[in-house]
Amino acid sequence: MKALLMFRDRDFDPQAKLPPNEQALTQDLELDVLLGAMGRDDKFLLEVARKTILSPLVEPDQILYRQSILKDCLKNPAVVRRIYNIVVEALTEERKIWGWYDRGDSPDRVLSRAVRVLELLAGKLEALRLVADEASGGFESEGFQNFFAMLKEELSDDYLASIRGHLRRLEFRDGTLISARLQKANKGTDYTLRKQPIKKRGWMSRILPGNQPRQYSFTLDERDEQGPRYLGEIRERGINSVSNALAQSAEHILGFFNLLRAELAFYLACLNLQEQLAKGGEPTSFPVPLALGQHSESFAGLYDACLALKLGQRVVGSEADATDKDLIVITGANRGGKSTFLRSVGVAQLMMQCGAFVPADSFSSDVCLGLFTHFKRQEDPTMRSGKLDEELSRMSEMVDHLTPNCIVLFNESFSATNEREGSEIARQVVSALLKRGIKVFFVTHQYEFARSFYERKMRNALFLLAERKADGERTFKIIEGEPSQTSFGKDIYDRIFQKKPLSVASAAPS
Amino acid sequence: MIFRSILFEGSDEGFGDETVAMPEFFVDLNLDQIVDAITSSKKDYNLQPFFLVSLKSVEAVEYRHEIMRELEEAATRDAIRSFAQKMRTMREYLRLAAKAGHKQNSQGWFLSAVEVYCGAVGDLLRDLRPGKSRGLSGFIEYLREYQASEKFLSLLAETRSVRDSLSSIEYCVLIGRDHNRFVVRGYDGEDDYTPDVERTFEKFARGVARNYIVKFTEWPDMNHIEAAIVDLVARLYPETFQSLDDYCAKHADYLDKVISRFDREVQFYIAYQEFMEPLKWAGLHFCYPRVSNESKEVESREGFDLALANKLTREGSTVVCNDFFLNGKERIFVVNGPNQGGKTTFARAFGQLHYLASLGCPVPGTDAQLFLFDKIFTHFEREEDINNLRSKLEDDVFRIHSILNEGTPKSIIIINELFSSSAVQDAVFLGKAILEQIIALDALCVYVTFLDELSLLEKTVSVLSTVVPGNPELRTYKIVRRPADGLAYATAIANKYQLSYERMVERIRP
Repeated sequence: MKALLMFRDRDFDPQAKLPPNEQALTQDLELDVLLGAMGRDDKFLLEVARKTILSPLVEPDQILYRQSILKDCLKNPAVVRRIYNIVVEALTEERKIWGWYDRGDSPDRVLSRAVRVLELLAGKLEALRLVADEASGGFESEGFQNFFAMLKEELSDDYLASIRGHLRRLEFRDGTLISARLQKANKGTDYTLRKQPIKKRGWMSRILPGNQPRQYSFTLDERDEQGPRYLGEIRERGINSVSNALAQSAEHILGFFNLLRAELAFYLACLNLQEQLAKGGEPTSFPVPLALGQHSESFAGLYDACLALKLGQRVVGSEADATDKDLIVITGANRGGKSTFLRSVGVAQLMMQCGAFVPADSFSSDVCLGLFTHFKRQEDPTMRSGKLDEELSRMSEMVDHLTPNCIVLFNESFSATNEREGSEIARQVVSALLKRGIKVFFVTHQYEFARSFYERKMRNALFLLAERKADGERTFKIIEGEPSQTSFGKDIYDRIFQKKPLSVASAAPS
Repeated sequence: MIFRSILFEGSDEGFGDETVAMPEFFVDLNLDQIVDAITSSKKDYNLQPFFLVSLKSVEAVEYRHEIMRELEEAATRDAIRSFAQKMRTMREYLRLAAKAGHKQNSQGWFLSAVEVYCGAVGDLLRDLRPGKSRGLSGFIEYLREYQASEKFLSLLAETRSVRDSLSSIEYCVLIGRDHNRFVVRGYDGEDDYTPDVERTFEKFARGVARNYIVKFTEWPDMNHIEAAIVDLVARLYPETFQSLDDYCAKHADYLDKVISRFDREVQFYIAYQEFMEPLKWAGLHFCYPRVSNESKEVESREGFDLALANKLTREGSTVVCNDFFLNGKERIFVVNGPNQGGKTTFARAFGQLHYLASLGCPVPGTDAQLFLFDKIFTHFEREEDINNLRSKLEDDVFRIHSILNEGTPKSIIIINELFSSSAVQDAVFLGKAILEQIIALDALCVYVTFLDELSLLEKTVSVLSTVVPGNPELRTYKIVRRPADGLAYATAIANKYQLSYERMVERIRP
């Protein structure tokens, strides 16, 4: 039985290995803010959200599969939360059933705990089935329709009754029937639990004369203190394998609940995020994923969700059409929104590739095989290497993991040296990445570097600017434009030294 | 010829002699340590007596050499090892049969013992290939006849038939809820219950669940409940258990004496080879010595003290090998040189090599020609025995006297630091007198002494323990043929104690 809410054809793997640049991505894109909003108070939701966002899907079809499920969730949030609660209850109550962990192993103890756990889980399975019976009509996605159909088919009343039948039989009210063979030393071996027909008569009924096979009965002396223990051991050898089977079944069903919890968690996290963004009046939309290698990107009203969440209000969105572009260079004013823009591109790409909505009015991009960031960092606190050393070694490590159709986001990289050298390094790096079919976003104030690509008049390059109005005011908008030579640092200097109020630092243009 | 023993050809030499005392020279030559090390892992075979009796004829030595060489082949040795393992198992089962308090239990162990024995005989005959040794060929011939004998064939057939009949029994025990009564009856096709449970929960199965099978300790004996059950099983199947009864009575003496003797005696070779193995890995060599009871021209290349080597190899230290030879009329090594320089070790190695050769074993070294002696005498300095009324000197002389009385021209005499407790003049006088008697006797001798004067007699060869030139504190443990001069070492030791002429002059200030 598989929930298949995360993939059409396989289970979600909460233990899956994250990409090697997981930490850099989290740090550079400030994902913790986003993940915090997704998790709300539930660490589990947060962790699943982290795993999902950092393990991008690379098939548009897979993305659309999740999108349609998420749309169902947005339509029926109460039902989805109810299912999730049943699952969480099952897992929590199971943990309260004491058993083999604290008492040492014996097949009898293993069995009796397994019976109790299965009684609990059978009830929860039934509860899931009832939800399916009642609410499945409101769901349209392939994922949910299959999920509900599976619950109805696999957890029929007959099936649930057969589970309960086994659990009753395993109380052994009519005694325990064990078969055995003689091994060397004429000791018993191959003790096997046999199925006896359930009878209304007492356990000794087969001893009555008649057409019965030959058999001998033995009653232990009342003063025999060891005997019952020895007899009990033979019985335990007999039920060893059924105890194992039952305990493993309980474990598997728990596994089903655990997995269902994980597969629902992503959507619950998305519900949380959507609610949070909606509170700040921010729009969300479902992105259009393009096939691998198309290297096109276009969006409108794309905003940095992390910034919006931090501020709790609307932030400036940007718009661009980078159809058939491999290189996007962003230059312009310091504190003009370049980094924010870069982050919003990265976050939207990740959110799209995990099947979620994106923080934008519209967004479309080709899927990438891996998203990488190379952001300027603080000085290495251990002083082991110089800043440029550190940048280059980080770059070199990244190169170990790059493949065609990855995306690399550079933020003021290779600026730890003079502009000429830095530009030359950047130029060589970027040229190589483009040659290898890697899409590059590069935020830089290194004019020489930006200019060198601009002058090539490449059809696959797009140049953007952080907008600055004639009076020096920053709009935090990113517009298309030729790389500009100054980085408007003077503006900032002036603002701070003249204490001029910052007009649109956080306010949204309406 | 009728095969009797893998250790002795033809005659019953040494057979049944389990009470041989350890020869007097054993401790002096550290042969006790060697034999202990060889036999310690095979205590249950009581191999020690085999190592206490030396062979007196070249043919007897060669008989063992042939077998030892054949057992160096992995296939042959593996066949013997596997046979030995089965025979050990058989003895263990017999022990359990004797110990068991319950009749069916005991008979079961006996049946298993015979099964293992029949298998061991058959496998050994299958795995052993006739080779060059008279001993193993003779044994294989014996085994072939034994296996075809009516006695063995009927043992085999009856064993199988009883086993088949016991194995076909399948019975059921119905155990009451309170473990105070049970019913035993034949198995009547009742279904195994576990697969039923597994099928029910199959749909949840995923991955590998924890194994909840509880391990039960298997006891070789039966408790009274097991015994009560098997008694009832015996009542259900009376013919089978009657035939087991008859079988046990009829075959109580199944074990063939020659095979049983072979099983023990062949371990003489295996034990010695297992003992040599780690020493060979450490780079040491063993060789099959040429032995003679005529020629006293003895020789050894790369020989070593086996007891010391065994200890050093375990500690990971290196072992120093030494050559020696006696030509023409040479009979006596007079060993001189620094203390702790390997003199005693050399003397011991000389004795060990000759003794091990007389057992028919490979000896330390790459090549050896050794003398088949009639007796070995040793006199090593010991702690004074206060219960002994004679003085130390008197004791020494008394002991030497008895050696010379008992010794023959075919004896080997090894004397270590004789008369060291007497005045030098006495020691020189007595030493010369004794040596002259040994010379007259024409026996082989190693004489370790601190007296240079003794190395100048006829038939003697002077050998010296040596030090590293220029660093007298470092001994080489190499023993070389060289006339004793006593000077080099004296200067060296003087320097070491700051007693050289220059140092004395410096130290003793006017």
